Amino acid sequence: MTPRVGSATLALVVLGLPFAGFLLLALVRPLRRSAPAAAAVSVAAVAGALVAAVAAFAGARDRAPLSSPSTTWSWIPADGGPMATVGVMVDELSLTMLVLVTLVSLMVQVYSWAYLADEPRPSLGRYYTYQSLFAFSMLGLVLSPTFIQMFVFWELVGLCSYLLIGFWYDRPAAARAAVKAFWITKLGDLGFVAGIVMLWASAGTFDFVELFRLAAAGGLAGDLSLIMFLVYLGAVGKSAQFPLHVWLPDAMEGPTPVSALIHAATMVTAGVFMVTRAFPLFQLVPDVLGLIAWVGAFTALLAASMACVENDIKRVLAYSTISQLGYMMAAAGAGAPSAGFAHLVAHGIFKALLFLGAGIVIHVFHTNDVFRMGGLRGHPWIWLPFLVATLALAGVWPLPGFFTKEAILAGVLEGHLRLPFLMLVVTAFLTAFYMFRVVFLAFFAHPHPGDRAHHAVPAPMDWVCRLLAALTVALGVGLALGGHHVEGPAWLPWLSLGLAGGGIALAWATYQRGLVDPDRMAGWLRPIDWGARRRYGLDGFFAALYRRVLLAFARLVGWVDRYLVDGVLNVLSAWTLRAGDRLRRLQTGLPQDYVYGVALGALVLFVLAQWRMR
Amino acid sequence: MPLGAYLALAAAVFAIGLFGVLTRRNAVGILLGIELMLNAVNINLVAFARFHADLGGMLFTLFTIAITVAEVAVGLAIVIVIFRVRRTVEADHLDLLRG
Repeated sequence: MTPRVGSATLALVVLGLPFAGFLLLALVRPLRRSAPAAAAVSVAAVAGALVAAVAAFAGARDRAPLSSPSTTWSWIPADGGPMATVGVMVDELSLTMLVLVTLVSLMVQVYSWAYLADEPRPSLGRYYTYQSLFAFSMLGLVLSPTFIQMFVFWELVGLCSYLLIGFWYDRPAAARAAVKAFWITKLGDLGFVAGIVMLWASAGTFDFVELFRLAAAGGLAGDLSLIMFLVYLGAVGKSAQFPLHVWLPDAMEGPTPVSALIHAATMVTAGVFMVTRAFPLFQLVPDVLGLIAWVGAFTALLAASMACVENDIKRVLAYSTISQLGYMMAAAGAGAPSAGFAHLVAHGIFKALLFLGAGIVIHVFHTNDVFRMGGLRGHPWIWLPFLVATLALAGVWPLPGFFTKEAILAGVLEGHLRLPFLMLVVTAFLTAFYMFRVVFLAFFAHPHPGDRAHHAVPAPMDWVCRLLAALTVALGVGLALGGHHVEGPAWLPWLSLGLAGGGIALAWATYQRGLVDPDRMAGWLRPIDWGARRRYGLDGFFAALYRRVLLAFARLVGWVDRYLVDGVLNVLSAWTLRAGDRLRRLQTGLPQDYVYGVALGALVLFVLAQWRMR
Repeated sequence: MPLGAYLALAAAVFAIGLFGVLTRRNAVGILLGIELMLNAVNINLVAFARFHADLGGMLFTLFTIAITVAEVAVGLAIVIVIFRVRRTVEADHLDLLRG
């Protein structure tokens, strides 16, 4: 048994445990209806998966990569070899993702037990069933050795996020948000599936390793730019890039732990992961890479500007996720996918912490509005983890965000993308500003008189946040001590620290000290403020697209069906009815008429027989 | 007399009978027409038996007469039942099978 098979087996265990949990919960009704048992099954499955993932990660870390890192089985048999294979691809990328996904899933599931304690038991069981399926889908996605398997899990991830965003399906806003998330991502997936099929037509295989080999040998025929652009469209939808980012803020209608899961480890990271995984293919098409970088940087800036005017704490975090996804995509587009991937992992941990911390604040104040919070200075265990994550997101040394963001900036600068670099620099400043705006308003502002805040936080929520904060610090310190060196100009670390410090200082001066009047600041930046508050009209654009174009087309199709297709059938049936009515009159019911007919018929036969004989 | 004369007589009787069946309004009249048509057949049978010296035709005629009797009995019984139910034996009014 070679070591590689060992880690492949472990990867299968990681994949199998959540699936077994899901099957158990989906098929055994009493288990699902009783919340504690369902939660126990789901948490145990994902905890086991985490242990196996860590074991696989630790076991594979120091071994040299093998030539074919995937274990596959044939799936669609055909003449001359199977058309598609399924299997697990075990390399550093997927092993890192395994640890991240199982870790965040476990944290979220433990946290949910306390956060959703007021839910009715059957729906909590349903929640844990979805959670297990979600973990399984994402794990399957990161382990995919082929595009086609990735697409299957990609769609499963989309389905699970639809189910979880719409978990409170009796709220119209949640149901709408779920449908919106589903359809907007499907818009990108159309491109993705078309790209995969065209890639197959050109290369004859879905397998990543085969494709990379072909790509390196220059053996890929066809219009690769178009193909990779279509594949990238899938990532645009999934990873909420401009202009398909509109679903992510609305997805905040789901329970807060679900937002943490979607933003940190599953769903939105899928797009970045796919681009990283398929990077050897993207490398062949510089124009698409440039597009990825530009769109990423623009998305980062756009989302950051919208985050600055948002009052809903979860929506601020949602925009910050979009913004950070823009960073990751920009890194990949600039030719530094490993920097983007490192940011993905670091961001996964501290963004989960941010959302779970926000969940605690929402739990305390029973509102999402940051202007109605405050007065938590005396409760350090509520604000400290959130502050750690905020510092990490703002990019303060020695937290992980500092190192990964710096790596991205260095990568973009190295790719000679001046304007995207500038956009990302401005975004870094804005990130620090809007995140500390939330911190100052939600935690350190003066308490509102008449607030009925409950400062008792359930133990699981508290401990999960402390653990994630400790992990964030440990990761950052590890990176700092591990001699994490970024190739880049010497002024870059000082620039990013200065940006973070400047943003924090501005937020402090504005929202804590009151030295700067936010309204006057908005007045100076009137057009941006005006646009950002209206989300730059993009939501309206998509709504209009839906109402004007899609519904109009649907009405046209409906008209054709109702009046042309149905019309032909209706005319046919009407004629049949009328002909039957006419023919009916032949039957007079008078016996003599029938006898007359018989006699006439006999006569005709007789005459015919005579005539034939002659 | 030649065979043709018998056959002509039979054809005439048959035609008269058919005419009666088709035109009579009264159900009893229709039954009479049917009797005429059957007897035209009998004339044919007897005539051919005679000219071909074959007793089979005679035998058939005896059968036909017996069956005709039964038929008339049943037919008249039906007519009586119809009269009891519908209070009429006019053929024009017996149109329950009309489409």
